[in-house]
Amino acid sequence: MSDTPTQTSTGDTNSQKKVTLKIWRGDAGGGQFVDYTLDYLDGEVVLDVVHRVQSEQAPDLGVRWNCKAGKCGSCSSEINGKPSLMCMTRMSTLDIEKPITVSPMRTFPIIKDLVTDVSFNFEVAKKIPALRPKPREKDGTYRMAQIDIARGQEFRKCIECFLCQNVCHVIRDHEDNKAHFAGPRFLMRIAELEMHPLDTLDRRHYAFDVMGVGYCNITKCCTEVCPEHIHITDNAIIPLKERVVDARFDPVAWLGRTIMRKPKPMSSEEVAKVTPAARQNQT
Amino acid sequence: MTTLNTEPDAPVPVGIEANKVRGGPPRSEVLRKDKWWIQPLAIFTGLFAFIVYATWAALRNGHFYAGNVGRDYLSPFYSPCLTNSCTNNGYAWSDWSWWRLSPAIPILIFPLSFRLSCYYYRKSYYRSFWLSPPSCAVPDAGSTKAGGPRSKYSGETKFPLILQNIHRYTWYFAVIFAGILTFDAIAAFRFPNGIGMGLGTLIFVVNACLIWAYTLGCHSCRHLCGGGLRKFSASPSRHFVWKNFVSKLNEHHQLFAWLSLFWIAFADFYTWLVSTGAIHDPRFF
Ligand code: SF4
Ligand code: SF4
Ligand code: FES
Ligand code: FES
Repeated sequence: MSDTPTQTSTGDTNSQKKVTLKIWRGDAGGGQFVDYTLDYLDGEVVLDVVHRVQSEQAPDLGVRWNCKAGKCGSCSSEINGKPSLMCMTRMSTLDIEKPITVSPMRTFPIIKDLVTDVSFNFEVAKKIPALRPKPREKDGTYRMAQIDIARGQEFRKCIECFLCQNVCHVIRDHEDNKAHFAGPRFLMRIAELEMHPLDTLDRRHYAFDVMGVGYCNITKCCTEVCPEHIHITDNAIIPLKERVVDARFDPVAWLGRTIMRKPKPMSSEEVAKVTPAARQNQT
Repeated sequence: MTTLNTEPDAPVPVGIEANKVRGGPPRSEVLRKDKWWIQPLAIFTGLFAFIVYATWAALRNGHFYAGNVGRDYLSPFYSPCLTNSCTNNGYAWSDWSWWRLSPAIPILIFPLSFRLSCYYYRKSYYRSFWLSPPSCAVPDAGSTKAGGPRSKYSGETKFPLILQNIHRYTWYFAVIFAGILTFDAIAAFRFPNGIGMGLGTLIFVVNACLIWAYTLGCHSCRHLCGGGLRKFSASPSRHFVWKNFVSKLNEHHQLFAWLSLFWIAFADFYTWLVSTGAIHDPRFF
């Protein structure tokens, strides 16, 4: 540890502002908050300060990051208890009079310090059947009008930081629901596919039976924390819930399908056969 | 986007076992430092105040029509008028004289079920009454007590909350009611000696507008008018309504939910004040 220059010895009244970070240190076996006090420098984001802690005081501090630009989704954590990206949270927005807590995402198992094991999300992703497009047009191309894909483009802004997955109380507060709830990021993925103009699969029963859209009680925390400001609840989850109603709860929609001899909604079993996870098991 | 690593020798991801130790700060500890409880408290207070007022208004069974002072104002809690007490101006929908309780009770079932199953109100009461969650990153009430009555959570997958899925049916009735309240607003222009306008008329016109703004911004309406389509380009007019009208109102659904709720109570209160003679309704023309 380097000696910090002493401002007091010269009688300099321009005392350097300090900031204290309370960082969670530990692993699956346990841990505790450790205080690190450093100089406060103008213009920094929380990740900068965490990096200074790492270089000046705690070289073994575990922290995951990549882009420092809010685009890779690696530096997700909880700052003063709020799920946030460390690289997009300016120090100037925080009250530095009090220690600032930086803790790992609560919903996922800790690997070390601020680094969590987010593989739950990758496992869920494998359970989502990919786009199954219609046949190509005669000239061998696919055509989509902009208005038909505009909705999905909002969801494509997702950087997969998993802050929404982390804040969602369905799995954050009820570990057992991880077995049957996909979480907002992946319900949004299903909504995107269900709105896709070329897709031919029907994941509505599957969204309810396997991905657990019914567990979401639309309390919108996912929307509140999304660093990309995607309207996850209003534009993806609620529209998905309404589609599920068409497929399984609306007697008039059922009657309409029966009279017009429209195809029945696809069963969950049928859809489950074409997920990447099912295909992975076959090989 | 998620890409699946299919390389044969790719590292095997760490599997997720249910109830695997997560580590980290104790789950019951709330680390948020801002005043996260203000919002649920404010919403609780607002909704609770409305419930208290609505109970009084619905059981009052009197002074819900200002015909006695020459004004065709009918409280939205009692509309459509099911009794013959508002026939002074030749305005009665049917004769429900056999009904002994307050006529507000059979009426309110419809707007009540509409608002109870509304996606916005669901959010607000799940948060502020049921505390599930009280605020973001604050644990669900009871969830930190392993084995406790609220350690399990099933959301809207089971009875009774699975019934929220019939919201669109309550919306169909809500459209009828918005029509009735529009009729009331027009009727409020009727004065004993012809057409006129009082402060009450203005209140009823605003009431009808707010009810429409709330009703047409409904998520089920947004789905039914066009949001449920896969391909907008095949139905340009539905896309137009979806994009320029219903989605615009939907963005402010929360605002209209509160404004219309407040205004209904206000319109009822105003009718009561005028009908009891507590105040005189100023007439503009
Ligand atoms: S709105 Fe639904 S998915 Fe989003 S955080 Fe809340 S419960 Fe989870
Ligand atoms: S939807 Fe938003 S919060 Fe969720 S993973 Fe994507 S960018 Fe992050
Ligand atoms: S480091 Fe990439 S999002 Fe923060
Ligand atoms: S979503 Fe609020 S009224 Fe339908």
